[in-house]
Amino acid sequence: MPDLSVQSLTLSHFRSHKVLRLKVDARPVAIFGENGAGKTNILEALSLLSPGRGLRRATAEEIMRRPEQLGWKVHANLNSLGQSETIDTWAEPGHTRQVRINEKSATQVTLGRIVRVLWLVPSMDRLWIEGAEGRRRFLDRMTLSFEPGHADATLTYEKAMRERNRLLKDQVRDPHWYRALEQKMAETGAIIQQNRQAAIDALGQAQEQSETLFPAATLSLQHANDLPILTDSAELLAALSDNRPRDLAAGRTLVGPHRVDLNAIYATKNIAAKECSTGEQKALLVSLILANGRALIQSFGAAPLLLLDEVAAHLDDNRRAALYNEICALGGQAWMTGTEKRLFETLDDRAQYIKISDQGGESTMEMLQ
Amino acid sequence: MTQAPRDIEVLIDLMAKLPGLGPRSARRAVLHLVKKRGALLSPMADAMQTVAATARECVECGNIGTADTCAICSDPKRANGEICVVEDVADLWAMERAQVFQGRYHVLGGTLSALDAVGPDELRIPKLMSRIASDGISEVILALNATIDGQTTVHYIADQLENSGVRMTSLAQGVPIGGELDYLDDGTISAALKARKSL
Repeated sequence: MPDLSVQSLTLSHFRSHKVLRLKVDARPVAIFGENGAGKTNILEALSLLSPGRGLRRATAEEIMRRPEQLGWKVHANLNSLGQSETIDTWAEPGHTRQVRINEKSATQVTLGRIVRVLWLVPSMDRLWIEGAEGRRRFLDRMTLSFEPGHADATLTYEKAMRERNRLLKDQVRDPHWYRALEQKMAETGAIIQQNRQAAIDALGQAQEQSETLFPAATLSLQHANDLPILTDSAELLAALSDNRPRDLAAGRTLVGPHRVDLNAIYATKNIAAKECSTGEQKALLVSLILANGRALIQSFGAAPLLLLDEVAAHLDDNRRAALYNEICALGGQAWMTGTEKRLFETLDDRAQYIKISDQGGESTMEMLQ
Repeated sequence: MTQAPRDIEVLIDLMAKLPGLGPRSARRAVLHLVKKRGALLSPMADAMQTVAATARECVECGNIGTADTCAICSDPKRANGEICVVEDVADLWAMERAQVFQGRYHVLGGTLSALDAVGPDELRIPKLMSRIASDGISEVILALNATIDGQTTVHYIADQLENSGVRMTSLAQGVPIGGELDYLDDGTISAALKARKSL
């Protein structure tokens, strides 16, 4: 039995699901149904068992089922590292998301102690060819899976940076105010960079230790304008201070972890990920997610919940079968979606199947044997 | 839906603007006052009128009192060279409840926030600097909240006073009295461990 698995899930007024009650075992879960039936909504609900705004980056307001707009709730029973845990997360209209763990109020960051969740969604298919922001978010998501405290550092850094950017935009010249904010940015920025580097090292090791049909990616970090990446808070503080005149001219902060990009090289072909074919780019992403899962077994003690939306897209039959074998070998609970059941046929009875349909704007569910 | 008479509705709307009260709790509170108007509503109205006429901010520290200079700033025994900087009058009152601090206070009236257009001038920071320069202050205790804005304000004041020769301290962070370690978050335990003391 995997050391981390969802045993039951209840959704209430969550997007297309008025009420959904699921009981599953620890095997992978294949969810299929037509476009717009509500498959991804289930993955999104599961993604909210981790800190943040979930796989769609939606606000609590956007998740509410229309037209009722009564708020929404996700209730999950899990087995985590040998313990039974209950997580409730919900939002009422006009309020932010709340979390309760085992019926006690908790912060979102606390969720990281119980659950680690990784996801792959179709919008990430263009990750290697689009702007650096998406790759940074992908990297931070992976980093967060190793180090839940990464979220705190990132939030504090971004808040201080937004304050500093406002000063820059308003052409404020008060050096004391800048130094106060830069100190906070340097403290947290150094932690962010150290966490990211540790995550990249762990992913590299996990890829080296396992041979799969998926290509290994050599990862590295690169600062915009080829500036050095600073992991020491004193050096980062000095860089922010030195760069202040240029930042004032630009009206924003030009150095720091928010300007760092994730580079990936298709290791065996030695070509940049953005130069690879669409299928190869997807395979690189899958490879990283699987490596992340393997590395988490070492650091967290269990394989994470994997949420793989439309995972079969862009993968040929061989790679698809290889992916399913990898997922089963990983031993974690994967939740996958696809438009047809036959996309999962090589999984056979290694998985459990759920059919989702749309009936008059409301999702309905059928568990298949 | 039947509504209360207009005057009472106005009172409910005003009450609902108070912190911690929503429309329903405001309605309940007003109904209670109206039912006990002899014992509660009239004395409260009188007290409110008196406070509205007499309450003012202390010109020195920003505390609320009934004279231009509050009782703490007027008391010569409190001029011991220590000044405690707090965010809000509520924090000052909390410190006074503990009856352990014998110095004077300075109420900033908020924390620095560029996004909310709250700068040093909006926060009585220039007044703090002039008090430190003229009142023979030897120690500044920065008792601000452990939020990002609070800590930015701490850094700002500390940076300004860096070469002043004045001792700067901040409140300790860690295990609350009567607290159990098992119920504390990681950040608090980490802060408590860093600030551990010899026995």
